[in-house]
Amino acid sequence: MNPTDVVITGMGIVSSLGLGPDAHWQALTKKTPVPVLDRERFAPYTVHPLPEIDWSEQIPRRGDQRQMGTWQRLGTYTAGLALDDAGIKADEALCASMDMVVAAGGGERDVDVDQAILDESLSRNDHDVLINEKLTTELRPTLFLSQLSNLLAGNISIVHKVTGSSRTFMGEEGAGVSAIETAAARIRSGQSSHILVGAAFQTEHPDMLLSYELAGHLQRDAWSPVWQRDDEKGGGIITGSGAAFLVLESREHAEERGRDAYAAIGTVLSGRARRQGRAFQEHLDGMLEAFSGNREPILGLSGASGAHAATQAEKAALEGRKIVTRGFSSLTGHLKEAQFPFAVALAALAVHHEASYPAFDMENEKAFDAAPSAALATTIGYNCFEGMGLVVKA
Amino acid sequence: MKTTDSFARPLVAVTGMGVVTSLGQGKEENWAALTDGKSGIHRITRFPIDHLATTISGMVDFLPESRQGASALTHALADLAADEAIAEADLARGDFDGPLFLASPPVELDWHNRLRLYGESDRSEGWRSLIQQARETREKALFEESQFASIADRLAEKYGTRGLPVTLSTACASGATAIQLGVEAIRRGECDRALAIGSDGSATAEALIRFLLLSALSTQNDNPEKASKPFTKDRDGFVLAEGSAALVLESLESALARGAEVLGIVRGCGEKADDFHRTRSKPDGSPAIAAVEAALSDAGMNADEIDYINAHGTSTPENDKMEHMSLSAVFGERMPTLPISSNKSMIGHTLSAAGAVEAVFSLMTMREGVIPPTINYDNPDPSIALDVVPNTKREAEVATVLSNSFGFGGQNTCLVMAREAG
Repeated sequence: MNPTDVVITGMGIVSSLGLGPDAHWQALTKKTPVPVLDRERFAPYTVHPLPEIDWSEQIPRRGDQRQMGTWQRLGTYTAGLALDDAGIKADEALCASMDMVVAAGGGERDVDVDQAILDESLSRNDHDVLINEKLTTELRPTLFLSQLSNLLAGNISIVHKVTGSSRTFMGEEGAGVSAIETAAARIRSGQSSHILVGAAFQTEHPDMLLSYELAGHLQRDAWSPVWQRDDEKGGGIITGSGAAFLVLESREHAEERGRDAYAAIGTVLSGRARRQGRAFQEHLDGMLEAFSGNREPILGLSGASGAHAATQAEKAALEGRKIVTRGFSSLTGHLKEAQFPFAVALAALAVHHEASYPAFDMENEKAFDAAPSAALATTIGYNCFEGMGLVVKA
Repeated sequence: MKTTDSFARPLVAVTGMGVVTSLGQGKEENWAALTDGKSGIHRITRFPIDHLATTISGMVDFLPESRQGASALTHALADLAADEAIAEADLARGDFDGPLFLASPPVELDWHNRLRLYGESDRSEGWRSLIQQARETREKALFEESQFASIADRLAEKYGTRGLPVTLSTACASGATAIQLGVEAIRRGECDRALAIGSDGSATAEALIRFLLLSALSTQNDNPEKASKPFTKDRDGFVLAEGSAALVLESLESALARGAEVLGIVRGCGEKADDFHRTRSKPDGSPAIAAVEAALSDAGMNADEIDYINAHGTSTPENDKMEHMSLSAVFGERMPTLPISSNKSMIGHTLSAAGAVEAVFSLMTMREGVIPPTINYDNPDPSIALDVVPNTKREAEVATVLSNSFGFGGQNTCLVMAREAG
């Protein structure tokens, strides 16, 4: 116990499974959790879609809602859930002194405008002039702002008044890893007392699928658990829309305002391994060594994406260390930047409830009967970068 | 020599710097032009200007990558700046052994590639055809162009930085945030040194159009080098520009131990987010004031210890007014006579790179004892009473600098730098 221990005092999570930590705990501890899937809209790709959300619950002003695309709304909404959960939202002074780290990709482009340009490009050769012509006349100014990566944080400042500081990290899953790692390090060193950290990913837009498929990363035609993706059907990733925001505080700060914590964040490791052959798996094993200790077996909340090489290496490394793993992407889909914050949130829920999740994939995940006093969150990027963090009792 | 600050934290030195702007490649070329009052703003030739209200920019047009898309150019700019900085710091190129913080613009598939892929597809099903073609073509370069982690990943590989490289965006404050992240990591004792880079090669037609739609850009196209005129009465917007800068940040203790030349000290960093509006700042200037005060307090310094201000000075009607008001609140009666100049009057607004580029120029200002001017200051705004070091450089003893960065999305970050550790 240390006054600068990093504790989780608020949590907002959203996925196809529902809204908030309780809905997720319920859905994920059913005997056989069932994924929510949309197989039609983006066929041949399956996605885990957003649940129905009444944005007004966290973004009361219609004007604010109109200024955002779905991605920013999702993030701003989920950040609001986390602030509410931590009892900070209505506290102006706490919000004004609160730091913020958001992991972000880009927001949604205007599909109709882009398609109009694509269509017209077939009958014209002056493509550069065409771009100027169409974008100048048809792009809506607000849409540019809803695309900007740092404007998710910007909207959180505007809607929830979190203004101590605002930093946006980019870079797929690694951005989420760095966001949590940096936030925890700042609290531990006394550089910050309370931080809002998290990410959102909205997959229900053609460009969000396109960026994966430029390298053939997606699975087509069928859903299967994350450990059973079929390389005959593509690259193995099935995506989902979702978000995870956490309120992290120093133990001292949380105690002073009388808040209980879900759990505490222990060691967080990140890495940039060269991904060739066995060396990659060995690198992951090396990272896991830091967490092996005496506690065995340990529960692992894995953000494995389904991308074949990364997922196989992670599975082998986790099994090698006897970690009993739950691959939550089977049920939520791959949440990209939000993957690691989501893994940490699920790990914290297990520690908080002193119970494990049932196997999400009976063929590949072992039973875990003990009450977990710690859980490991892992996220191995589908293309690059890795992160792991231990969540322990507060 | 004392190697910790008044809060007993490690002092952070700068031991290497690199810069590229429309004025040229490298510190020497840039400094000569900057102190000569030369403008790098020129007519756009990279793409047709039909239908565009703005036809000028501060693009970097002299590199082989200048016409290869935003991602390739942003990478090349970052690479050149990093190479210069690491060479100056006299460190091994492939073994930097500290973290990398890269400020760079958000990425997406370039329009030329999008159009090409679509043209090659069967086009029967709109975006579905585009995605199908992407999958079948599977071009590594296009994938990397769409991944936010790619540029930092390549730089990390080349320079041997440690661990997971951080790519960040705080809009127009990004470059300053990259430096701040490096300073914080060194203060936490996580590393002896960090590489902070701000790079932006994203002045595409679409970027220009987006900023035009927000009415943010100057449309004074007739005389490109006269368009950026911060703090004047007839300023009408910023000039979109490209550039990069890299700084090797190092604990003073480590720098002294290996006999590295100390180019300056980053004494303090401060930030404050604005909750007023997505593109406009709070009318009372309180977030900018708070950011300046946070930087001073982080540096353990008083406002009267600042010798010179490197302004954000974008040349937009709103920024310059707000910056003047906020600084007046902090510096009080001293403000009208405290030298403040805007590098953007010559290089335009390098967006994600600006905070880093201007930090390098701030450090050079102290080292050289010369303040670069604010050019095009022909018609002063009477409501903004400032000593902007008008039109001609000034020799001056400058021991401390405040550098401001204010961005869309309510991002405000300020740095306090000093010539000496003491």
